[in-house]
Amino acid sequence: MNKKNKTINLNFGPQHPAAHGVLRLILELDGEIVEKIDPHIGLLHRGTEKLIEHKTYTQSVPYFDRLDYVAPMNQEHAFALAIERILNIEVPIRAQYIRILFCEIGRILSHLLNITTQALDVGALTPSLWGFEERETLMTFYERASGSRLHANYFRPGGVHKDLPRGLSDDIILFCQNFPKILDDLESLLTDNRIFKQRNVDIGIVTKQEALDHSFSGVMLRGSGVPWDLRKSQPYESYKDFDFKIPIGKNGDCYDRYLCRMEEMRESTKIIIDCIKKMPAGPVKSIDGKITPPKREDLKNSMEALIHHFKLFSEGFRVPAGEIYAAVEAPKGEFGVYLISDGSNKPYKCKIRAPGFSHLQSMDYLLKGHMLADVPAVLGSLDIVFGEIDR
Amino acid sequence: MIYLNTLFSEIYKIIFLLLPVLVSVALIVWLDRRVWAFVQKRKGPNVVGPFGLLQTLADALKYLFKEIIIPASANKVIFILAPIVTMTLALIAWAVIPFSQDMVLANINVGILYLFAVSSLSVYGIIMGGWASNSKYPFLGAIRSAAQMVSYEVSIGVIIVNVLLCVGSLNLNKIVLAQENVWFIFPLFPMFVIFFISALAETNRPPFDLPEAESELVAGYQTEYSGMMYAMFWLGEYANILLLCALGSILFLGGWLNPIDIYPFSLLPGVFWMIFKILILFVLFSLVKAIVPRYRFDQLMRLGWKIFLPISLIWVVITASFLFFLDMLPAGG
Repeated sequence: MNKKNKTINLNFGPQHPAAHGVLRLILELDGEIVEKIDPHIGLLHRGTEKLIEHKTYTQSVPYFDRLDYVAPMNQEHAFALAIERILNIEVPIRAQYIRILFCEIGRILSHLLNITTQALDVGALTPSLWGFEERETLMTFYERASGSRLHANYFRPGGVHKDLPRGLSDDIILFCQNFPKILDDLESLLTDNRIFKQRNVDIGIVTKQEALDHSFSGVMLRGSGVPWDLRKSQPYESYKDFDFKIPIGKNGDCYDRYLCRMEEMRESTKIIIDCIKKMPAGPVKSIDGKITPPKREDLKNSMEALIHHFKLFSEGFRVPAGEIYAAVEAPKGEFGVYLISDGSNKPYKCKIRAPGFSHLQSMDYLLKGHMLADVPAVLGSLDIVFGEIDR
Repeated sequence: MIYLNTLFSEIYKIIFLLLPVLVSVALIVWLDRRVWAFVQKRKGPNVVGPFGLLQTLADALKYLFKEIIIPASANKVIFILAPIVTMTLALIAWAVIPFSQDMVLANINVGILYLFAVSSLSVYGIIMGGWASNSKYPFLGAIRSAAQMVSYEVSIGVIIVNVLLCVGSLNLNKIVLAQENVWFIFPLFPMFVIFFISALAETNRPPFDLPEAESELVAGYQTEYSGMMYAMFWLGEYANILLLCALGSILFLGGWLNPIDIYPFSLLPGVFWMIFKILILFVLFSLVKAIVPRYRFDQLMRLGWKIFLPISLIWVVITASFLFFLDMLPAGG
């Protein structure tokens, strides 16, 4: 009587409350124990990389908002950096500071969503509503600067689209002063909650070596104890002007990743305050007229400005031939853009490295032998956003 | 003629019990959502009727007009029977609940056993629903629910034994009257805590809502249900929650007894106090729902069998020996 137990095949998603968008997992279950996980992707594929090949460099920026739509400006940042490096132009300090400001806001936006949905995935419903209240405030900051809550399209090669509107910095500072208090409230619901701990501690452990082998980045890597953050290790933009810590985990389980994100939000808040206090006056776009569109009022008086305007918005600027890889520390990990330029006004090739992709492929390794209920818990701590995985 | 009279008067009494219960279930759903919303800094239902009180009615009306979809591969008879069983069992249990000394439909001497029997049966509704749906999520939900309800039934049973030791009767009215001097929550406080938690598990409320855990099982055993059949599950569930709140207030909070026996309060009838205590317990239920995450299946089982059951068993021994050696054993009903 040694009949082998039959396993159940369960389709987890793409229409499942915990599927984080359109993930489809094919689970092989032995009772409640997960035997095998096969993630299927591609349900949100929009061909972003190919579309970018047919648009001028400026026209491609909005595509980056739609990758990881939880922290849109961080993606734009990578693209802008890539173009700037290949063009070899200088970005004014004020523009760099504004970009850092919004990248850190993006980090908070993303981590807030992730932590609260991780709580949601293990069954705590209240944190998500508390968190969304704050995200709403942050998105109004986005809106005031860029005119749009979500798809900002604010960063430009060479700077940002417009200077900050009057009063915005004060409001951001005010928010940052209250924000740690709100994080404390969130922590009071989760950090020491016994059930939350039971659901997350020692679940989905990634060892240091395995995190590196799976090419993890961001919190997934730092949660396992590797102090790797591009903002510190390869400081881009003006990040070297700021003093901030990089929280790292110890065990590499879901709980450590949660704690890392919590701590990173606090650090980001400090960076934001610091950034606004140190922000110098000056231009917010490169002064190179071949890259940056002229001012509106100049169009009336200057022939040259009019020509530049026309050329920039019809043909776009040309980028010298070459190739470049630019990466930023996006909230989810290393977000990279690999550009090949053939000297024309459009990229020859634009490959996007999305951090979530390499995280998702480790699902099977992370969850083998765990219970069904751990699947959403681990999925939540991976911080999956399908916009960037499917591109 | 006399038979007819009795028949009508009984039916009249049953309707007089069931209607208020159903109405209060509707109101309690509203209260639940309001408390929940309050914790989450939302407004909750506040549009339909004064303070949104009629929201549940509107929802029920909507469900009534929705199409009932029966999956092609489902076992139709059992599929339809399941919500009916759940709802019926949740309602018939109310027959023995005393709202005041003489406001009880059936003042039977084995009241607590009856309650226990009925609530044990209620797991059948869920198993039937989960099995008859012939679909994987409901099936997993039903298995979880069966295991969970059986485990926590045991610990509730042992807790009730504690109370019964102090009372000496299975009659719910006598249990209330035995608390005239001191409510059982004071001498048996640990038991009250375990009762409360087991009641959460028994009614599939968070943190024990595994059978319908939405992040894992979509909606558990209710996944394939729609329209009025879904609403019946839902109403039955809330009627059950209310029932366990009533049971809690009878066993530990002195039922319809007046807590403050001074002038203006002593005028209030017992039924007022009963409802008041049920509401307090229910608000606790709602608050718990708002603030806790969900247990995992194995953790839930461990909690039930390895922690609650031993504690309540030890407490039975303590209570019994205490009563025995101090010669305080009740005379027996």
